[in-house]
Formats: sequence, C-alpha cells, structure tokens
Amino acid sequence: MKSTKSLYSYGFLLPAGIIFFIFFLLPTIVSFFFSMTRWTLTDWEFIGLDNFIMFFKESSLNIGFRNTFIYAVMTSGTKVVLGLLLAVLLTSGIRSKDFLRSVVFFPTLISTIAVGITFSYLMHPSRGLINTALAALGIQGPNWLGDPALAIYSVGLVDIWKGVGFATVIYIAGMMSIPADYYEAVDIDGGNAFRKFWHITLPLIRPAMNSVIILSFIGGLRTFDLVWTMTKGGPGFSSDLIASIIYKQYQGGFYGLSTAGNVILFVIVAVLAFPLYRFLTKREVDL
Amino acid sequence: MTFRRRATWLSLTLALLLIVLSACGKGGNIAGSSGNKSAKEAADTEKTTLTLLIDNQTAIDGIQAVADEIKRELNIETKIELRPGGTEGDNVVKTRLATSDMADLMFYNSGSLFKALNPQEYFVDLTNEPFMDHVLDSFKDTVSVDGKVYGIPGGSTVGGAWLYNKKIYSELGLSVPKTWDELLANNDKIKEAGYTPVIGSFSDSWTSQLVVLADYYNVHSLAPNFAEDYTYNKAKYATTPEALRSFEKLQSLRDKKHFNDDATATKLEDALAMLAEGKAAHYPILTLVLTNINANYPEMMDDIGAFAQPSDTADVNGLTIWMPGGIYANKEGSKIDAAKKWMEFFVSPEGVKAYLTAMKPEGPMPIKGVELPDDTYSAVKEMLPYFESGKTAPALEFYSPIKGPSLEQITVEVATGISSAAEGAAKYDSDVEKQALQLGLEGW
Repeated sequence: MKSTKSLYSYGFLLPAGIIFFIFFLLPTIVSFFFSMTRWTLTDWEFIGLDNFIMFFKESSLNIGFRNTFIYAVMTSGTKVVLGLLLAVLLTSGIRSKDFLRSVVFFPTLISTIAVGITFSYLMHPSRGLINTALAALGIQGPNWLGDPALAIYSVGLVDIWKGVGFATVIYIAGMMSIPADYYEAVDIDGGNAFRKFWHITLPLIRPAMNSVIILSFIGGLRTFDLVWTMTKGGPGFSSDLIASIIYKQYQGGFYGLSTAGNVILFVIVAVLAFPLYRFLTKREVDL
Repeated sequence: MTFRRRATWLSLTLALLLIVLSACGKGGNIAGSSGNKSAKEAADTEKTTLTLLIDNQTAIDGIQAVADEIKRELNIETKIELRPGGTEGDNVVKTRLATSDMADLMFYNSGSLFKALNPQEYFVDLTNEPFMDHVLDSFKDTVSVDGKVYGIPGGSTVGGAWLYNKKIYSELGLSVPKTWDELLANNDKIKEAGYTPVIGSFSDSWTSQLVVLADYYNVHSLAPNFAEDYTYNKAKYATTPEALRSFEKLQSLRDKKHFNDDATATKLEDALAMLAEGKAAHYPILTLVLTNINANYPEMMDDIGAFAQPSDTADVNGLTIWMPGGIYANKEGSKIDAAKKWMEFFVSPEGVKAYLTAMKPEGPMPIKGVELPDDTYSAVKEMLPYFESGKTAPALEFYSPIKGPSLEQITVEVATGISSAAEGAAKYDSDVEKQALQLGLEGW
C-alpha cells in the first residue's frame, strides 16, 4: 500500500525529471568524457588527461585563477555588506522607500551586455563621463579598463552596482519575515536601534544572508559576460577569468581543451561552494 | 467537460508541433529535389534568392554592387546576413557549418583559417568550373585543399602596411624609412613635433598583431624555411632570431614610448580618425581600412600613404600581403546551381567592373586582366611598386595552417610592457601548440 502510493507520486516528478536528465545531467556526464578527448563537432579522439595537463600549462591561467578569486571575494563581500546596509535603510521608516527600493533594484533588470557596453564608454580614460566628471573636480581619473592593474577591479565595481539590488531584495524579504514581537521585546527592555539590529535583525536574517553569500560568490566565480563585454580579458590577459580563458579556447576551436576547462571550473565551484554552504547553514537560527 | 476540452487542446498542440517539426526536417530535401529537376526553367522564370553570410567588419559596397547586377542579369536575389568578425565570427561560422545551418554562400578568410574548416566536407568543389580560369593561381592556392579549389576571391588583396600621414611627413621633412632604425628616428622627430608617432588601438585587440604579422616579408626573406619548419615543430618564434625580431620591433616601439598614451582604450575607428585628422603619423594596419577611412574622410585620402614594414637592412624591403577572403558555396545548400552562376558572374569582367565601380580597391585584384582605375587611393598606388618589382610575400597564415588564437592578447602584452618580446614569443610558441594538436599536424 505504502509503496504504490510513493510510486504514484513519483509519476508527477517524471516530466521534470526527464527534462532535467536530458538537458542538465546528461550533458554534465558526457562533458566528463569529452574533456578527455580532442574533438570537433563531427569527430573525436581519446587522449586521456592531456587536455588537463595542457590547460594547467596555459600561461594566463595563474592570472585567471587569481582574478577569479579576487573577483568573487570582492563582489560577493561588497554585495553582502552593502546590500545589508541598503536593506536596513530601505526597511526603516524613511520617505519614498518604495521608490528607492525600485531604484536600487533597477540595475538588476538591465541586460548585462548593455551594462557592460555602457560602462566601457563611461570609463573611457579621456572621453568617458566618469573621468570627465572627475576632471571637472580637478582629479585626473585613471585609465579604468586600459590599466592592466586596474581593469579587473573596474569590472568588479560595475558588477557590484548591477548586483547589489538583488542582494538587497533578498535581505528585505528576510527582514520582513521577522515578527514584530521581537522588536517590541527589545523596546520593552529599553534597547536602542543598534541593539535591535545587532541582537534581532542580524541573527534572524542569517538564512537570507547565506543565500546572498552563496549566490553572489558562485556568481562571482563563474562570471563571464560582464568581463567579456567590457575588456575581453584584456589588456593582454590581465583581466582574464577562468571562464573567459575557457571561452577563448572554445573560440580557438579547442573543444576538448575547453571542455576540460569547464570540468575544472565545475570542480572548483563545487569544492568551494559546498563546504561554504555547509558551514553557513550550520549556524542558521530557526525563527 | 473542461478536462475533455483541455485534453483536446493538448493533443491538438502536440499534433501541430509534430507537423511543424517534420516539415522542418524534410523541408531541405523537398526543395532540393524539385530544384534539381527544373533548375533551368526555374532560373528563367522564377526569382531565386541566395543567402550570403559575411562578417560585419568587411565593407560590402563592392559585393552589394555585384549582387545588384546579378539580380538584374540573372534574376538571383542576394540576401546578405551579417555576422561578427574575428574569433567570435569564426565561432558563428563553425557552429552554423556543424549544424547544417550555413547560408548558400559564405564569405570567409582564405588561407589557413579556411583550410582549418575542413572544406571538403562543407563546400562545393569548384576545381573544374570554367569560370575559375579567371582567378589567379596564387589566390587558388589559398582556398585549395588536396588539389581541389573551393572559393572565388571576394575582393582585392590587402597589404599589411604602415599607413602614414603625408602632411606630417612633408611638414617635418621626413622621407619613407627603408630600415627599422630610420623608422624609429622618424618617430622621435614626430614625437618632438607634438604628434603621436604610432597609433596603437589595443581596445580592438586584433589590430595589435600587425607589427608582428606585417614583418613576415622580412622573416620570409631572411629565413625562407621558417614557415615550413614552424609548421612541423622544427622552428620556434622564440629561438629563431629573424622571427623573434618581429616581436622585438613591437617592443622597441613600446620602449621608446611611440604609442599613444590611451592605446589600450583606443578602438580602430578612433585610430583611423587620428590618422586622417593628422593627429598621428603612423598606423601599422591592414590596408583594408582605407575603405573605412574613405567612408568618413574622403577628402583626406590623398594625404594617406603606405609603406612596407622595414627590415634592419635597406636591401630587404617588401610588403606582406593578405589575399582577400573567398566566397564559398555551401554543399548542403538547396540552390547550388544558382550559387555557381552567382560566382561565375562575380569573377566575370562585368562583375569585376561592377565591383570596382562601387568600391575602390585596397590592393590589386587576384583576378586576371584587371587594371586598377586611375582614381585608386594614393596609398594603394604607393603599394604598387612592391607588386611590380615582385617584392611581396603572403602573410604567414597563408603558408602555415597554424596561427595561435591568443596572438592578439600576447602582442597587446608586448606593446604595453606587460611582457617582453622574448616572453611574448615564447608564449606564442606554446599558444600555437594547441592549434597544431587540434589540427593533428605531424611533429607535434
């Protein structure tokens, strides 16, 4: 009796399961195989681990790893902190907060490519709006995207601008779900606003904060589109990320090599994200 | 009731979907067989439409003019589809070929990039077509694999040259340099006078390769076996002094600060404006940009000249040239006969005339018996002596199938001082290895 009931309910999962298997699971499994071949779209040759060896010999790979890590930590760290501050501001009693919430969220809605193209013009060293404005204040603006030491940070800033609204919205949702009773209890005990934030808000938005950390960190690790539209990994290789290195190998027609790169990226994201997730969820507090 | 209605809807939708899908699958075959049966009748009466895939970096006025003529004469309409240029465009081409989604006609590079596409699988063999007699053998070599020819020239040849502003040259009393040292000396004088000596447009990173690529005439003259040895892993850029010199020349421009300060943020269009408006003296680039300059600054065309990248001695002085992209016919296309007629017209005297009327050539045409008109750009006229005295060599990519995809990033690194010439050359050698392995060449 019990077994038929459970079989029956699994039937409902089947359509989604099939789609998931064909379009997500199967390509993942197949990619593990193809990462060990040199393939074109019509032909393949098994070469063992050569692709992985060659991928790790890639001269720009060190830069790619370093940039990917810097980028992920910088963008997710800033989004976590800035998003929280904005969320506190936007759940407080300030005027026109609905309007401000929309303003903060709008950049998330714009296409990344459009954002990238717009900012690459705004950040032009001599004609760009940003440096023109700085020049009016008497400051000589840097060559945002053309300076090899600065390019990845400039792209990171744009990523933060674009992504912080999403973090803020998750925080706001988390804060709205905290019952008012807790705050009243602090009022009765004579606590101030800071105490409310520190002892009530912060512990109770832990799940929201964890979502923000995980999403923005993984997002940062696998960022590609923004970097590609703004710098194409340049000047030279100075703003290359693992994802852009993989893309360039794919462009070069080295399909096996880029498949191997994707497998490596998959492993890196998994190795970093799972322990992070475990660590974070362990410390969540139930409402 | 509602349930039954819903079920009906569902089955109807499914049935429709199936019909659409099966039509998609068979569509090509149906059109193909009927096309073969009555091709001749159809050409006389019905209008045929061919699609032509071309990159958006190439000026298409000439091709468009021939296409208009073809529509008038043969009643074949040409629908032009644009794709991005560079490696991004290569992706579009490779993907469309592999998924049998290629246009009827494709404009694409000749030489090693084309040969890497596996042409015998995708394109119509034109070896025995009578109209191929019009095409120069030196061009046919660049679009042939295993003795079979697959393409017609899609334009004029192009030089990898140093474009220079003649007004600045005459103002400062400079003459065209015959050696690299003379060029650097000119640059110093130009810089003193307050102009930019050499334009770097590294925001469009492909343009950064030109100093290295346009040096190939010199490499070829001094180390004639380099291309072959390099293809079979017997010679390296880093260890062949004549080839390493190409990277060193790029580094010397950086060391002497001859590039514009904002080179990493400069795009091709900005660079052309700087050259035409007389703010900068030199721009090492492919002469195909002359068409772009002419579009924006037609009155400046007489002020722009061209010279070959000098070697270290005056007696080795010649131009590195690029053969035009070819136009190829899709083997799986449903209108191959029409495509062949289209190509026949394109290389016929009428076709060439229509082309040259609409677009001034960026170099001589690789089609027999064509003379350049009198109003040809002055830069192209300055390139002619190299052609007439036989001092030209096709670029390395026409000799060797391996061209590393990261050269443009590596040359940006050398040109901006991130890496030295020797480091750049070594990086390029390992970049090339990937290409050689993917192509399955001997010796790697």
